[in-house]
Amino acid sequence: MTSNAYLVLAAILFTIGGAGVLLRRNAIVAFLSVELMLNASNLAFITAAHQWGTLTGQVVAFFVMVVAAAEVVVGLAIIVTVFRTRRSASVDESSLLRW
Amino acid sequence: MTAMLAHAANVSQTVPATGGFTLMWLLPALPALGAAVLLLSGRYSEKWGHWFAVFMAFASFGVGTYLFFDMLGKPSDGRSFTQHIYTWISSGTFHVDFAFRLDQLSMTFVLLVTGVGSLIHLYSVGYMAHDERRKRFFAYINLFVAAMLLLVLADNYLLLYVGWEGVGLASYLLVGFWQERPAAGVAAKKAFVVNRVGDFGLSLAIMLMFVTFGTVSFSGIDAGASHASNNAVTGIGLLLLLAACGKSAQVPLQSWILDAMEGPTPVSALIHAATMVTAGVYLIVRSNALFTLSGTARDFVIAVGIITLLFGAAIGLAKDDIKKALAGSTMSQIGYMILGAGLGPSGYAFAIFMLLMHGFYKATMFLGAGSVMHGMNDELDMRRFGGLYKFMKITSLGFIAGYLAIIGIPPFDGFFSKDKIIEVAFGQSWFVGIAAMFGAMLTAFYMTRMVAMTFFGEARWKDDAHPHESPAVMTVPIAILGVLSLVAGALLSINSAFVNWLTPVVGFSEPHLPVSSTAISITNVVLVVLTAVWAWFQYARRPVPVIAPDHVTPFTVAARNNLYGDTFNEATFMRPGQYLTRSLVWFDNRVIDGAVNGSAAIVGGSSGRLRRWQSGYVRSYALSIVVGTALVVAALLLVRI
Repeated sequence: MTSNAYLVLAAILFTIGGAGVLLRRNAIVAFLSVELMLNASNLAFITAAHQWGTLTGQVVAFFVMVVAAAEVVVGLAIIVTVFRTRRSASVDESSLLRW
Repeated sequence: MTAMLAHAANVSQTVPATGGFTLMWLLPALPALGAAVLLLSGRYSEKWGHWFAVFMAFASFGVGTYLFFDMLGKPSDGRSFTQHIYTWISSGTFHVDFAFRLDQLSMTFVLLVTGVGSLIHLYSVGYMAHDERRKRFFAYINLFVAAMLLLVLADNYLLLYVGWEGVGLASYLLVGFWQERPAAGVAAKKAFVVNRVGDFGLSLAIMLMFVTFGTVSFSGIDAGASHASNNAVTGIGLLLLLAACGKSAQVPLQSWILDAMEGPTPVSALIHAATMVTAGVYLIVRSNALFTLSGTARDFVIAVGIITLLFGAAIGLAKDDIKKALAGSTMSQIGYMILGAGLGPSGYAFAIFMLLMHGFYKATMFLGAGSVMHGMNDELDMRRFGGLYKFMKITSLGFIAGYLAIIGIPPFDGFFSKDKIIEVAFGQSWFVGIAAMFGAMLTAFYMTRMVAMTFFGEARWKDDAHPHESPAVMTVPIAILGVLSLVAGALLSINSAFVNWLTPVVGFSEPHLPVSSTAISITNVVLVVLTAVWAWFQYARRPVPVIAPDHVTPFTVAARNNLYGDTFNEATFMRPGQYLTRSLVWFDNRVIDGAVNGSAAIVGGSSGRLRRWQSGYVRSYALSIVVGTALVVAALLLVRI
């Protein structure tokens, strides 16, 4: 059975996530979009595993999920800290590391 | 004075030194030790340093005299000794030894340099008595004597070159001795730089010698000269002539000697009259094997000699500064020696004879001039002298002895030496002979002018002048050299003693004279006496203006400007050189520094533009990542396809 539909769905999800990262100002929403991109890549891996009949893709999907979890921990910690000092969750506000 | 042999070739074989001759290394070593001790001992030797130097000079003279008498006891073809000190360069086929050669020619120079040098050392004790850096002066003149002895005792051209450079260094140090005077420093630099041009000729000559003969030692070249190609021999001869021009202040490298009078008078007497400037003549006579074979080289030597003897005489005629007039005279007299050397085997011995005689009478006159200056508050202008005979008897008599010798009055030194060269010149051609005789007349004129203006006539002194005789330590050397100026020529010409002494080294051949030598001699003496009498009436009987007259002929103007020698050098060499260096500096600043600074500016500018990328906005960084990823993926896809 063709996995084209799944791959197309994964591509669409990835694009939506990418657009969200680039276009949304709220830090939480940007994070959400990153999660969406990770899930899109997970979907692509699972589809490939199913297509070739190996387990490699499934294992990689597990890896991705673990990495996503760890990343969320660190990322949310940063956002909470920034919010505490600045009272704002906008990514545009923190632009001090510039020339 | 008839010669004993119509023609004699150089016959001496050089043998290693034995017996007393093994002491020949002491000759340069003693003054070198004196120089080293004086320079290194600092304040410790202030009290006795100058006497130590005088002692070293006299000690070297003593060794030289001992070796001379030892040499007289040997047969005339067995008087040439070498002493090998160590092997200096031994590289493949190039082999040069640090070795000395003592034969009749170098013996003559040894006695001249150490003898006259010792007397001048003694004189300097008095002349430099009030100078606080006197010890350094003595160190330098000892160094000079050591270097000059190295030059004349060297067994090969490379070691001669070491001595050559050494005397140039000593000349630089001594001309610029009074460092607080900018003019002295400039004169010293000029002397060194002009000498360098001649040294360039000598180094090229040595290289050419090695290529042609495979060796640079005198014995090797004497042996191989007849087998070498004429072009090589002529080339070497011309390069050696260039070297001689530099050291002996001959045209075209004559401009330094007039400025070198900035140095103390003993320096002028020793270096620029008796010894260093004669090194060029020594070089040519030592290379007689080459010059005898090459008529072209000899013609150039004769031309240089004639031009310079007239050039120097012209300058000497118009100078009012006593030392500059004597310097012009030296230039002219050395022109005679160079002329003698260029006349080939008939002239070599007379050139050296004149060199020896000139050493005596010119040193007398320079020391006398120094004594006059000492008694007249260091006044140099002859227009401010006059009537000094009564106040400085010994100085005057010594100076007059030198004067009679230089103009060639029989039976004094000049008659037996310079007049001989004029006779042999007639053997070359009428033109050369007449030019040489005309030069003798000019010599008589300017020397009489000098003597008349300084010692006779009316006193034209400045108000603060108290002329007095100099102390004995200065007048004794003048007296000794004055006596030598009068008698040495006659004594050494008995039975052609001096010519026979030198013949085994330089050869001799009788010149073919168009008229008898007696006729030439008599004509010369008569013309000289007439010119001297005329000059006497001009300068001793008529009042001499204290300020130099302005309405003078163009010749006088030219002679006062050193016959535009400096102007020519400036226009031909200095200004183009200056433009070249300035344009190179401009090029270095604008182009090379511009390239380096420009590339730095480019990097700085572009980095200034690039850093605006760091905007601080997270989203723009994210966009950069996306664009980069897209490019990588596109590249991957393109490669796959």
